[in-house]
Amino acid sequence: MKPAPFRYADPGTLEEAIAVLSSEGAGAKVLAGGQSLLPLLSMRLAAPTTLVDINRVPGLDTVEATGDGVTVGALVRHNALLHDAAAARVQPLLARATANVAHPAIRNRGTTVGSIAHADPSGEMTSVLALTDGHVTVATPSGVSTVEWRDFFVGPLETSVHGPAVVTSAFFPALPDRSGTAFAEVARRKGDYAVCGAGVVVTLDADRRVAAVRASYVSVGLTPEVHDLTDAVVGQPADSADWAAAGALARTLVDPDTDIHASADYRRLLVGVLTERTLVAAAAEALGGTE
Amino acid sequence: MTTKLFGEPVRRREDARLIVGKGRYLDDIGSNALAAAFVRSPHAHARVVDIDVDGALEVEGLVAIYTYEDLHGPMAEPLPVLIPHPQLHAPRTGYPLANGEVNHVGEPVVMVVATDRYVAEDVCDRIVVTYEELPVVVGVDAARSATHAVHAEIPDNVAARHHQETGDVEPALAASPHTLSFTQYIERSACMPMEGKGVHARWDDADSSLRVYSSTQASTSVRAAIAAKLELSLDKVEVIAPDVGGGFGVKINHPWPEELMVPLAAIALQAEVKWSEDRREHFISSAHERQQRQEITVGYDDDGRITALDVHIWHDNGAYTPYGIIVPIVTATQLVGPYVLPVYRVIVESVYTNTVIVTPYRGAGRPQGCYAMERTMDRIADALGLDRALVRERNLIRPDQFPYDHHLTFQDGRPVIYDSGDYPGLLDKLKALVGWSAAEELRAAAAERGKLLGVGMAMYVEGTGPGPYEGGHVQVLGSGKVLVSTGLTSQGQGHETVFAQIVASELGVPIEDIEVTTGDTRRFGYAVGTFASRAAVMSGNAIALAARGVREKALRIAADVLEVDPGDLEIDNGVVQVKGTPGASMPLRTVAVVSNPLRYAFDEAAKQATQFARPGSDDKPPVAVGDAPGLEHVDYYSPIRSTFASGAHAAIVEIDPATWEIDVVKYAVVHDCGNVVNPMIVEGQVHGGVAQGVGGALYERMVYDKDGQLQNASFMDFLMPYASEVPDIDIDHQQTPSPLNALGIKGAGEAGVIPGTAAIASAIEDAVGRRIASMPISPTELYDLMRNDDSELTAACARRSGTGAMA
Ligand SMILES: Cc1cc2nc3c(=O)[nH]c(=O)nc-3n(C[C@H](O)[C@H](O)[C@H](O)COP(=O)(O)OP(=O)(O)OC[C@H]3O[C@@H](n4cnc5c(N)ncnc54)[C@H](O)[C@@H]3O)c2cc1C
Repeated sequence: MKPAPFRYADPGTLEEAIAVLSSEGAGAKVLAGGQSLLPLLSMRLAAPTTLVDINRVPGLDTVEATGDGVTVGALVRHNALLHDAAAARVQPLLARATANVAHPAIRNRGTTVGSIAHADPSGEMTSVLALTDGHVTVATPSGVSTVEWRDFFVGPLETSVHGPAVVTSAFFPALPDRSGTAFAEVARRKGDYAVCGAGVVVTLDADRRVAAVRASYVSVGLTPEVHDLTDAVVGQPADSADWAAAGALARTLVDPDTDIHASADYRRLLVGVLTERTLVAAAAEALGGTE
Repeated sequence: MTTKLFGEPVRRREDARLIVGKGRYLDDIGSNALAAAFVRSPHAHARVVDIDVDGALEVEGLVAIYTYEDLHGPMAEPLPVLIPHPQLHAPRTGYPLANGEVNHVGEPVVMVVATDRYVAEDVCDRIVVTYEELPVVVGVDAARSATHAVHAEIPDNVAARHHQETGDVEPALAASPHTLSFTQYIERSACMPMEGKGVHARWDDADSSLRVYSSTQASTSVRAAIAAKLELSLDKVEVIAPDVGGGFGVKINHPWPEELMVPLAAIALQAEVKWSEDRREHFISSAHERQQRQEITVGYDDDGRITALDVHIWHDNGAYTPYGIIVPIVTATQLVGPYVLPVYRVIVESVYTNTVIVTPYRGAGRPQGCYAMERTMDRIADALGLDRALVRERNLIRPDQFPYDHHLTFQDGRPVIYDSGDYPGLLDKLKALVGWSAAEELRAAAAERGKLLGVGMAMYVEGTGPGPYEGGHVQVLGSGKVLVSTGLTSQGQGHETVFAQIVASELGVPIEDIEVTTGDTRRFGYAVGTFASRAAVMSGNAIALAARGVREKALRIAADVLEVDPGDLEIDNGVVQVKGTPGASMPLRTVAVVSNPLRYAFDEAAKQATQFARPGSDDKPPVAVGDAPGLEHVDYYSPIRSTFASGAHAAIVEIDPATWEIDVVKYAVVHDCGNVVNPMIVEGQVHGGVAQGVGGALYERMVYDKDGQLQNASFMDFLMPYASEVPDIDIDHQQTPSPLNALGIKGAGEAGVIPGTAAIASAIEDAVGRRIASMPISPTELYDLMRNDDSELTAACARRSGTGAMA
């Protein structure tokens, strides 16, 4: 369990980082918190020729919360985001989801953007990026561009960004008005990757009736997906909507896999249960916000 | 200050050192040593056709590559069957490096030695081994059906057929008012010490001697094995177990291939060589335990009293049987628990599979035996509509029945005769501790919260402290320091504390003056090892005897000096004094100096002692015949048979009927290990055991696929419980001293883990009303059980409408 040989660079600027990534070629990998990459190296499941450590690059460690949403820099650790009150006010899902990412020791090093760049469908933050309809900002030799979440996640551990690139930030849009959110998951042990997780956003109309319901799941499917559950409950009063029907609808929309910890059927069961439970909580929050 | 520390909750003296990073574990030794790494089989069953090292030779830092062809003499022979047994009719062991065939994923094929571990692994990556794959046998049922054979010459895959019976079971069953039969399973788990195995070897060419550090539970035997296999004289080999970061059984098996290969390389290369096992290696090339298929038929009367018990078990022993059939024997003999079984027959067929070997893991077959017996009790209670505690109580051995002879033969070849116990006392205490009689109210309250609540219990008797012997050495130095050593090893149990408590109490010296050394063959050459909850019983008693010997000698010498009768002397706080006469005294350290007639005045102690020295008589030698210089004593403790500890556990679980998550909300333990040396340490042992019990019941398993690949060989996917998964534990003690040893103690090391699976299975069954016949159980499996129309409802469920049916 020792990594194969690799070269190491720790550039002091973003430009330098891009330059090193370009010159080192396809075998080079960005190193952020190392919480996913280093285990892969140690088990020799990955053998990059070069690690480009971006931890010295300035300006990537800030969380910026505005009325539009929250921009999370590439070096922001999960724990920093978890405890960022301004970010939580703009988009409560951020704190709710990061609280479910691993344990404090891993959250202290692992980055939220790294987790998104890693594109693990068992990660919470990939799902939250999708649910909030967010995007990432990517720096490449040809400049800086934004990529919508839908275009970013291609497959498990696979994104559309290839070649020399650093994801410099992720943007999570603000929670819309008259909306509430909730996030819940079932894990075998506290802090483990979820067997199934669910994040939801409920939006009400001016009459406090359900206008929109969106849900996204963790460890369900190969890439993050957002499911529109509005049809099951649209127009119903938020305090007595048939959330079970929304859960039942969700079960028909997902296509989970079986692994050693859970069968596909069990995950589907959890999708229904967690959808219903989170929707009850999210609706209550939305109602609270409209009072 | 008292030195009567036996029974006191003395804080663990080793912890400060271990917690602040001053422990000296295997990997802390020899930072400049060459590193060994192994090419291990990626296949569960294959012939090794070719090993091509050419591509590896250019790697810078490569020092040596070893394959089976490099092994000669005893090293080219199979590894020993440590504990042969007449019923182990087809034993098989591997070789230090594979000899033409591999029988499980992880078996060592090639050893690489390089300048460091990174380079060694680079070399391993470039060695190309060609295999011809053979059919694979995974799991007891596949082994039993014997479509394929693990070892070609053993077509039925049966290594041993262990059989014991105490009477004619078939007529007894036929005459029983009721019988029931069932089959159940229990899965594999493993010890998972924080520190894996590890070996460091250094050859001193000038002295022709070898020093080996091994993260082992049996350093004296590792020493003997190395000497035999490498053809060295025993006196030229020393083996030291440094701080060992947990063992739980896996480090009692020996010699591991690496324990031989690393010293071999050290000698051949004339260099320090080290191997420290990584976690993946630990998963695929150490040892597992616990998988069994159990077929049980029980006869009983209307009151639930057992009339006959017939048990047929298939035990998965993995690819080889280096540790004999200890685990099957323990299951067979400890299954009987605290109960009277008028007629008992047990057959354990130990079968080969193409998986990692099975050697004792804390409990060592007892959790399986307890699971068989206790689930039988639950089934009888269910069938008769009786309280599960009541059925148990009716079958218990009564306190006036001791010594109680089960007419079985234990793992040590000695009869299973229980020395002492109070099992009804345990049960009463347990019911009170867990609130057994309030279960229905708790169930109703939980139902209001939308939860299914269930309670379960399990009782056990644990043979502890098997022989044949352990020894102890106690020596008082002129400085007043008291050196204590014993040959058995420590893996974090707190031996430095409890052995010191025993010596402080026996000798009357402050604990601060006592230094304990374990598992170092330079200090003590004869030992058996740390397993089967035997350290306190065996070494504890041996050390007590040694301390008594020192005390006797000290009193004799002091009596001579002080011109009093030894019977009038006592040792108090390190001073030998005449009882009740202030002033007439001398420090024990001075006795130590006086005990040696050669006394160069190097130091103050020697100078002071001269004031006590009296001229010896001219017609006697300075050291009397039969006497020896120095204030020290060696003694051994060798019991006639094991002593039997006991206990009872209860669990309360709450289950979410929507997600089928299982939460252990209360866990109660009543524990009887005779006289307790240190209650804090015993409770620590119980806590750790319960954590492993909960792990084995709800979280841990070895997920092999049909090709014999272990799917969860990392802590990411092998779910050892975190602190967050282990419930708070309520403990009550009962002390029934053992009449077999001077200290009246019984072992406590394994107890905590034994009843976990049985008690939690019982509680889940009680909560959901469906039969639980396979453990561990996870939420996804519970969901499958609950939605399967064919799964068996319990009779209790039918009586108690409501639960058990799916919403
Ligand atoms: C025991 C354990 C439990 C865990 N549990 C969870 C969990 O429950 N939920 C969860 O979501 N995660 C979990 N993780 C993973 C953790 O959240 C990681 O921190 C995260 O997945 C990756 O972030 P990182 O900063 O450590 O990235 P790294 O490990 O440094 O990198 C991961 C990958 O992303 C790439 N990368 C990283 N940053 C960038 C960037 N800015 N631009 C381009 N590419 C980049 C790297 O090249 C690499 O391929 C767990 C990890 C461990 C060790």
